[in-house]
Amino acid sequence: MKTQDKQIGAALSRVDGHQKVTGAATYSAEYPLPGLAYAVLVGSTIAKGRLTGLDTRAAERAPGVLAVITHLNSPKVPGFDTAGKDPSQPATVGGPLKVFHDDKIRFNDQPIAVVVADTFERARYAARLVQAQYAPEKHQTNLEASAPQAFLPTQARKNPKSPMADYQRGTADAYQTGALKVEGEYVIPTEVHHPMELQAITAHWEAPDRLTLYDKTQGTLATRRDFAREWNLPEANVKVIATFVGGAFGNALHSWPHESAAIIAARVVNRPVKLVLTREQMFTMVGYRPYTWQKIGMSATADGKITAITHESLGQTSTYEEFTESTLAQTRMMYAAPNLTTRYRLAALDVGSPIWMRGPGEATGAFALESAMDEMAYLLNLDPLEFRLRNYTDQDPEKNRPWSTKFLKECYKLGADRIGWSKRQLKPGSLRDGEWLIGYGMGVGTFGAHRGGAHASAQLRPDGTVLLQCATTDIGPGTGTAMTQIAADALGLPPAKITFELGHSDYPQAGTQGGSSTVNSVGPAVQEACYALKDKLRTLAGASQPAFAAAKKEDVQLADGYLTLAGAPATRVPYKDLLKQAGDAAVVVEAKPGNEGQQYSMYSFSVHFAEVRVHELTGEVRVSKLVSCADAGTIINQKTAANQMKGGAVGGIGMALMEHAVIDDRYGRYVTKDFADYHVPVHADAPAVEVLFVNQPDYHVNALGTKGIGEIATIGVAPAIANAVFNATGKRVRELPITPDKLV
Amino acid sequence: MNQFQYVRATQPQAAIEAVAQTTDAKFIAGGTNLLDLMKRGVMTPQKLVDINRLPLNKIERMDNGLRIGALALNSAVADDKLVRERQPLLALALNAGASGQLRNMATVGGNMLQRTRCAYFYDVTMPCNKRAPGTGCGALEGINRMHAIFGFSDKCIAVHPSDMSVALVALDATVLVRGPRGDRRLPFAELHRLPGDAPEKDTNLETNELITAVEIPDGPFTRHVHYQKVRERASYAFALVSVAAALDLEGTTIKGARLAMGGVAHKPWRLAAAEQALVGKPATEATFRQAAAVAMQGAKAFKHNAYKLKLGPNTIVQALRTAAAA
Repeated sequence: MKTQDKQIGAALSRVDGHQKVTGAATYSAEYPLPGLAYAVLVGSTIAKGRLTGLDTRAAERAPGVLAVITHLNSPKVPGFDTAGKDPSQPATVGGPLKVFHDDKIRFNDQPIAVVVADTFERARYAARLVQAQYAPEKHQTNLEASAPQAFLPTQARKNPKSPMADYQRGTADAYQTGALKVEGEYVIPTEVHHPMELQAITAHWEAPDRLTLYDKTQGTLATRRDFAREWNLPEANVKVIATFVGGAFGNALHSWPHESAAIIAARVVNRPVKLVLTREQMFTMVGYRPYTWQKIGMSATADGKITAITHESLGQTSTYEEFTESTLAQTRMMYAAPNLTTRYRLAALDVGSPIWMRGPGEATGAFALESAMDEMAYLLNLDPLEFRLRNYTDQDPEKNRPWSTKFLKECYKLGADRIGWSKRQLKPGSLRDGEWLIGYGMGVGTFGAHRGGAHASAQLRPDGTVLLQCATTDIGPGTGTAMTQIAADALGLPPAKITFELGHSDYPQAGTQGGSSTVNSVGPAVQEACYALKDKLRTLAGASQPAFAAAKKEDVQLADGYLTLAGAPATRVPYKDLLKQAGDAAVVVEAKPGNEGQQYSMYSFSVHFAEVRVHELTGEVRVSKLVSCADAGTIINQKTAANQMKGGAVGGIGMALMEHAVIDDRYGRYVTKDFADYHVPVHADAPAVEVLFVNQPDYHVNALGTKGIGEIATIGVAPAIANAVFNATGKRVRELPITPDKLV
Repeated sequence: MNQFQYVRATQPQAAIEAVAQTTDAKFIAGGTNLLDLMKRGVMTPQKLVDINRLPLNKIERMDNGLRIGALALNSAVADDKLVRERQPLLALALNAGASGQLRNMATVGGNMLQRTRCAYFYDVTMPCNKRAPGTGCGALEGINRMHAIFGFSDKCIAVHPSDMSVALVALDATVLVRGPRGDRRLPFAELHRLPGDAPEKDTNLETNELITAVEIPDGPFTRHVHYQKVRERASYAFALVSVAAALDLEGTTIKGARLAMGGVAHKPWRLAAAEQALVGKPATEATFRQAAAVAMQGAKAFKHNAYKLKLGPNTIVQALRTAAAA
């Protein structure tokens, strides 16, 4: 038997690509269950106060309406009363909005009613007929105005070792006494994830105590846990199916009020209920990147050594839930500053809760840090790349321990060569092409190479194909494709003989898809499940053919229709005999990280180089080149990994140049409600992003050597563009996005 | 969406009669704006009269100009050989608007009758004198980055969103209108109105009138033209400021000029005084800057749109530069 080419590292096309482009892939709103009813949410029109009246009569009388549910008639959701009272759970800091639970309004467009009808159009029409009266209270939706009420997150108050707690090494705020220093305030506005697929759920009570959810979620098991708890059901009674997810970028990392509403509605009408948010509702009730103010002070010696950094951050959260993210993490570990201070604060506004958005807090923080690095390099009259090299760290200055691996210098070299960094001039405004000013900028990103425990099952089928299953999801990176490649190498089978099923809570346990951790965590489980399967087959075969019992497991080969041994093709046992002997010959394996995380600091790294053109009269910015280089460990699939990097880079272009959700604070209500007002990049805004991987394994993370890609694809892109704009124009924009009005 | 009646007309007269029968009936062609407004409850017509089958989509050569039927698609006009040869400014403006998909649906008549994109107009819970007269102007003291710097009133500071209209007003187009009382012709510059005390009225069309065509007189503006649109991304966004510029050059001397702006007023904003400042002068940067300064006289900004006072003249200069070099 010919040894097959290694699949890990190959550019295998997506195993589900054909399904996706032909429409055969089924998303959460596409399950035509018998008796399906349609739900439409009615949102509040004030930001804070109480509901004093709800007139639902006209809606109830409208054609096709099955129910109008509000806090006045909603069935009791048992978990709403016990939330936060379970002593076995960690002390909660607020919790998700309890929909239709009381008369309190906590944010504008908070769901106050759900209308269920026999068709979508009828539900939408009737939803318009619901009339609400309010007793409004004074609201606050402005972060700057709330700064005096800023507070340390509860977890940091309770635990001084929390990453959200104030951090210090060396002398506090030492930059203030530095001779060469920069100081700047940076603002990231609210950005909204806006995946192409709207948030959608189909909720089905298959029995009074059995619930099935076809739900857009990044974690089938987290969603199962949340709604089992909400309805006081054993987790085994709740099934969550998310076979395909049409993008999420973090907004399906949490359980949201519309999901609770659909489940309540299905309970009331005793039919399966589908609820799809409108694009407008995607702004208000399913999270966003929080508006964040930051301040950085940095000092350095004349020869370019950073002496001190102080980085402060104030981010918004809601009044009912404390959302925190790692805005200051990169500052603590990226550069060898002996004196370093970070302070992270929150302000609670009358808005819906934020949630991690791709690159999350790290991308927000990197905008400030990497802009400040550029400002300092400019002050020192140093090339920004050279400045970073002079402050490069060979071990983690925060935890004082070695990196598991770090190939950032290699990334610098690759990227600088590719963009033609040597063309960059120290003096801003030096390069132009006609009316367009040209500038170059760079930004660095890093994100923890997180790994959690995960299970996977492997099963031989009579036709010699192998079925693998895991509860993980695939929100777009190509998880199923990467897992197929890992399994192919572990089994010695071509990818076409492997089926990897995901997105179902009944499958073996895995964490939520988020934080760039899926391949790190699920990859090893798949690999080990495949090894275990081979070993199990070897043992089974050994019963009839002693050669198998004595064989080394790496010699066991899965051939067409039978198991055999390397170098002994005559030694074989047909699969049907093995399966007769063993039933389904399935194995379930768990793979867990060891204690490497205590010995090493494990991070993925990226650097992004941008070339921009800024029009001298109109202030329009075009990103003409973007080179992203990543040290992300082993690259399982060159094609999907590069694709993921490109998507992250385009997200960074949006962050840098156009994404901006705006609230009119007088009403506490968004004035950007659709894609005409909230701009995401179009194709013409993105150059052909060039992606380069160092592709060096990190075996401290796992046996595959992967480190994760999803976040570092975005982290550092926005400052690279902002720094390039400075290099082109001499204008330092510290408040994103960099729209033409800020440059004319 | 509310319930409404739907009828389809095949002749203009029948369409006008069908609209006249019902209070609050609307013509619908491409529907690229009206359907959005209906879904949001901003407009709630009782009846829609589908005019897509009316024989009004021809692009014709006349003795001294072009006639474009009201139902000609934006994409068809932009790609039309006659239009590209004789009125290239119109083709440029059309292609700067919306997206390929929308231009394939949207008609010339519908394009000029687009409603403002002001966020307060679009949100039925917010005050807006245009949508709900007497409720106040949300933008006046609100988020007004996109709003007017010319011709506004204390009742409304919204801007007209069409790119095509900016070119048509520059090109001295005429709108052909048919109504219950017969046909009439309206200079394009008089189609749209300023908000004054009645911002609910976008145009000077009378109830139940139907735009049947637009005529553009032949002119010397077949080469030195440019439509400069400044927006927040490379395509598919409404203008922060746009400028339609057309020059008739004799050597380097400007014999004739047309200039209009978009994104600055409740109507496409013709810059007659700036045109006068160009005529007879050499086509130089200094001339363009001077004309741009004239153009901006009387402009006044609000809290968030002061950038337009600078972006406006810069965009005029850029449009004239490009037109002169074309």
